[in-house]
Amino acid sequence: MEISITINGKAVSADVEPRTLLVQFIRETAGLTGTNIGCDTSSCGACSIHLDGEAVKSCTILAAQADGGSVTTIEGLASADGTLHPMQQAFMENHGLQCGYCTPGMVMAATSLLNDIPNPSEEDVRIGLEGNLCRCTGYHNIVQAVLACANK
Amino acid sequence: MIPAAFDYVRASSAEEAINLIGQHGDEAKFLAGGHSLVPLMKLRLAQPSVLIDIGRVSDLSYIKDAGDHITIGALTRHRDVETSSIVNEHVPLLAHATSHVGDPQVRRRGTIGGSLAHADPASDLPATTLALGATYVAQGPNGSREIPASAFYSGYLTSVLAADEMLTEIRVPKMNGAGWSFQKFNRRAQDWAIVGVAAWRNGNEASVALVNMASVPVLATSVGAAIASGASIEDAAAQAAAEADPQADLNASVEYRQHLARVLTRRALEAASA
Amino acid sequence: MTMTHETTGVLGTRMLRKEDPALLTGEARFTADLAIPGALHLAVIRSPYARARIVSVDTSAARAHAGVRAAYSGADLADLWAGPMPCAWPVTADMKNPAHLPLAVSQANYVGDGVACVIAETAEAARDAAELVDVVYEPLEAVIDLEDAVSDRVVIHDEIGTNKSYTWDLKVEEQEGDVDAAFAAATYTVKERYIQQRLIPAAMEPRAIVAVPQPFGGDMTLYSATQIPHILKVMVALTLGIPEHQMRVIAPSVGGGFGSKLNVYAEELLCVALARKHNLPVRWTETRSEGCQATIHGRGQIQDIELAADANGRLTAVRVRLIGDMGAYLQLVTPGVPLLGAFLYAGVYELPKAYDFSCTSVFTNMTPTDAYRGAGRPEATYAIERAMDSLAATIGIDPLELRRRNFIPTDKYPYEAFTGLVYDSGNHDGAATLAAELVGYDAIRAQQKTQNVDGAKRRLGIGVSTYFEMCGLAPSRVLASLNYGAGGWEAATVRVLPTNKIQVVTGASPHGQGHETAWSMIVADKLGVAPEDVDVLHSDTAISPLGLDTYGSRSLAVGGVAIAMACDKVIDKAREIAAHQLEANPDDLEFAGGAFTVAGSPDRSMPLAAIAFEAFTAHNLPDGLEPNLEAHTTYDPPNFSWPFGTHMCVVEVDVETGEIEVLKYVAVDDCGNQVNPLIVDGQVHGGIIQGLAQALFEEAVFDSDGNLRTSTLADYLVPAASDVPSIVTGHTVTPSPTNQLGVKGVGEAGTIASTPAVINAVVDALSGLGVRNMPMPASPNTVWSVINAAQGGSQ
Repeated sequence: MEISITINGKAVSADVEPRTLLVQFIRETAGLTGTNIGCDTSSCGACSIHLDGEAVKSCTILAAQADGGSVTTIEGLASADGTLHPMQQAFMENHGLQCGYCTPGMVMAATSLLNDIPNPSEEDVRIGLEGNLCRCTGYHNIVQAVLACANK
Repeated sequence: MIPAAFDYVRASSAEEAINLIGQHGDEAKFLAGGHSLVPLMKLRLAQPSVLIDIGRVSDLSYIKDAGDHITIGALTRHRDVETSSIVNEHVPLLAHATSHVGDPQVRRRGTIGGSLAHADPASDLPATTLALGATYVAQGPNGSREIPASAFYSGYLTSVLAADEMLTEIRVPKMNGAGWSFQKFNRRAQDWAIVGVAAWRNGNEASVALVNMASVPVLATSVGAAIASGASIEDAAAQAAAEADPQADLNASVEYRQHLARVLTRRALEAASA
Repeated sequence: MTMTHETTGVLGTRMLRKEDPALLTGEARFTADLAIPGALHLAVIRSPYARARIVSVDTSAARAHAGVRAAYSGADLADLWAGPMPCAWPVTADMKNPAHLPLAVSQANYVGDGVACVIAETAEAARDAAELVDVVYEPLEAVIDLEDAVSDRVVIHDEIGTNKSYTWDLKVEEQEGDVDAAFAAATYTVKERYIQQRLIPAAMEPRAIVAVPQPFGGDMTLYSATQIPHILKVMVALTLGIPEHQMRVIAPSVGGGFGSKLNVYAEELLCVALARKHNLPVRWTETRSEGCQATIHGRGQIQDIELAADANGRLTAVRVRLIGDMGAYLQLVTPGVPLLGAFLYAGVYELPKAYDFSCTSVFTNMTPTDAYRGAGRPEATYAIERAMDSLAATIGIDPLELRRRNFIPTDKYPYEAFTGLVYDSGNHDGAATLAAELVGYDAIRAQQKTQNVDGAKRRLGIGVSTYFEMCGLAPSRVLASLNYGAGGWEAATVRVLPTNKIQVVTGASPHGQGHETAWSMIVADKLGVAPEDVDVLHSDTAISPLGLDTYGSRSLAVGGVAIAMACDKVIDKAREIAAHQLEANPDDLEFAGGAFTVAGSPDRSMPLAAIAFEAFTAHNLPDGLEPNLEAHTTYDPPNFSWPFGTHMCVVEVDVETGEIEVLKYVAVDDCGNQVNPLIVDGQVHGGIIQGLAQALFEEAVFDSDGNLRTSTLADYLVPAASDVPSIVTGHTVTPSPTNQLGVKGVGEAGTIASTPAVINAVVDALSGLGVRNMPMPASPNTVWSVINAAQGGSQ
């Protein structure tokens, strides 16, 4: 079926199988591999992207469901001149990543969290990231990064 | 990770969706937010041959004040229920319980109708709407019918919905200032409840429903009856597992579930009575 | 923090990581991200039975499926393997190692064991066709329980005739009979059994592989999400009969490992073998449920530990009996894991030569186990630290006080331990004192008296654990004495380019540890250049041909030290060039701030940049000196390094529900000098939560038929941010005398220390209810059951 999704401001159209997941469309059709896949049960959040402005898990949405929608991936977060988004900068400054595999999803979830709660408590941040798993950092510095970004 | 192949059709109205499912028969499934169905398909535990996407039936996404109750369109996302001023004002128990469904990303895609129709006894909303005395509206080829939440669930992941029916609306009585509490007990915040308790109390009137305490959501009628008869919270909560028939799983034995139901019911009633 | 190492300013700072921008913007490429045109996709058909005879495999329907290139049974491919799946650690001469091929031929031995495979033009076609492969099994009785396995009631592998792979002993006595005598003479003894549940490593990046045949001459490039490109290259070459110089292994960005990518896996061998056979690239990406079933598990031990102590509570003997769960087969270092713990069952305590350790390791019909973060050392530390609490309870003294009485005194370092190993440096009292201060130990003990009264619904507990990490794996001769199949050195090259930019080649293979940053800092410090002028090359055997990779907290203490040593060689050569140019005696030159200066003549100076250019042009070098400015080092450490520390955990337990809330977690770690404290803290945080997850959340649960019931991340409870506490970190700094950087390593410290700290806190909270022990994970249901049993027992 013919699908068209605006990804990071650019329309991407393709004829895909109905079973194509949004994350596959992003990675394979659009060639944007920053969005990662970490599980098959919507548990880990590595595939989190923004769909129409909000963080969702792109492994649990069919590309067909997102047809006509607007997607932002980790590749679309920094400015065109390469300046990191404040959340990316905060993750770097607070050592909120190690292997970096969960990071794109974590950053997309965190930016969405601050859209909902601009001045979160530590508890808000921890609960707000309940859908994203990280195996390296123990979350301490991720939480610090999100709080630091909120306080900027 | 890769679902089995299927055909995909998109419905733009409830009528069209019902027509489509009539055409495609038993192997077809409705797709709302997809957050219950798609993971099962990726693990190939579900292999429908046709998906009828009802996610774009936009006239089923609404929250309205209807006098003594509120009405919620079946395709209203959890996120919209959770943040709705109408729901928070008139049915705060539902708004709060909805905020515990899945995780934020899941709540932005999952819908109230999808969650209820999936009929998972471990989900938060079937029991919550049961405690609230909600009525579900289902539409089929021969029109609409109202189904009380208490008559909707017929077994594990099954309901009285006919194959060619779909939920269109949830009607929830206003709580009118009743005290309430939602106790969700789990090991990780994102998980289904090991046991959950949705409760409200207004004087001697109380209603308690249990999450994950049987193959269907359970209305703990003995607790309500005990409160009505003037029993103490402690004594009423002791009845919490009376109607339950829990299963053991990785997280809890039968005895532990029964114990948790009693403890959480007591805590819920204490909070609802405060 | 004080640094004893002289720095130019960068070493010891919280420099931000060079790795981060690529990872934060999605530019980094993990293996599954690589676009390889024309690659075929592999799908593996796995046994649904824990033990079954393979009666027949019919691939005809799969082969007929659109897009499918080929489908094979294990028997179809049996001729492709020059050797079995490798195990590099034959711990005893008579160790039993059953036949193990990438695809089972006659019998499947765990749920997830590969029995057939499909290659197809798309991943979808491969997956769909895999469902069409018709395998007929004859299910056989499975062995799941470890003690049942020991009994040989059912023997899993007919050809070896027993489930026991090996028994390995370490008995240390001054005189024969010392251990028995010590127990007989002891004032106090304790005997405890602890179960190390199986864990699923669950690195966030699933395994992924692409094997790419090169156009001419039979060369093969294998991209793999691996921790060990160098070891993998050798093993793939041996197993497939490929000349080693024709194998190239590249580990692109790797999304965590924790030991799970320290292996040689069936899918790696399948991809390479099928890529050769079909002369096309072949790729495979693991699904999470495959990862849970067919990537190695960790832990899996039954530990019986006995302590003997004198009237003062000082340890006089330790006896340990282990049963190790190998799973269905021996993977790369499976049998060695219990041995890595064998030296640590006396923790950081003084013990006379009265130690009796014996481990029997058995096969079971479950996923093979292997090294998982800490590998043997967390198990040992858990046992001794739990047993010390048990001993303290038996004696009736504070557990911290008991530990203080037994600490190896600081003035006895370097300390020759009962095993003959020499502990490099330590200050256990210092770490414990700082931890007690940071956690408010005395105040919590006081609060317990008022809070943990009869009928209290929320009980307060504090847990202490002290540890040694034993890392810097390893002195090659020590490894030889343990029958390990390789050495423990690490290689480094430091190359000063003509424009004074530095290329560093390391044999370490990072997957989250930040080596590019840390190595750059070491080089910047040594050579007086800016860290951004240093580029660290790694994880590609064509670029870094020599190396032994990253595991066992070895990278800094071995690989990082090798970098520093290579820098020294560069400086030595540069000194000769500078002396020649400045017409000075080399011994009169001082090197500082990136320039050589003649002592006493500050105007006679030559910067490294000028020397590098001279080395490149070679127009005016000293006679006999080779052009270019680079040096190579292979460093074999003379000793392990011994990081240590004290962790303390404060919990409140809801005795009605069994729910545990971690109120505070304090970690004081001493890893010697710190290259980058930002990275040190990150390693500590992550390790602590991984160890806490063993204590409270995680277990690979198998039913009695051998089905894994936790095969997704919905069932296997890797905790999220919402489920774990913040962490207070403190450090003491006791440099290692073993290496010039004074560093020790920190990768596994948190995991080693935290599991017993958490469980000790839980048991402490419930001690007033008669609770003495707590199985892991301490789920609410488990805690509730233990309380009930203890209460029932006391009534």
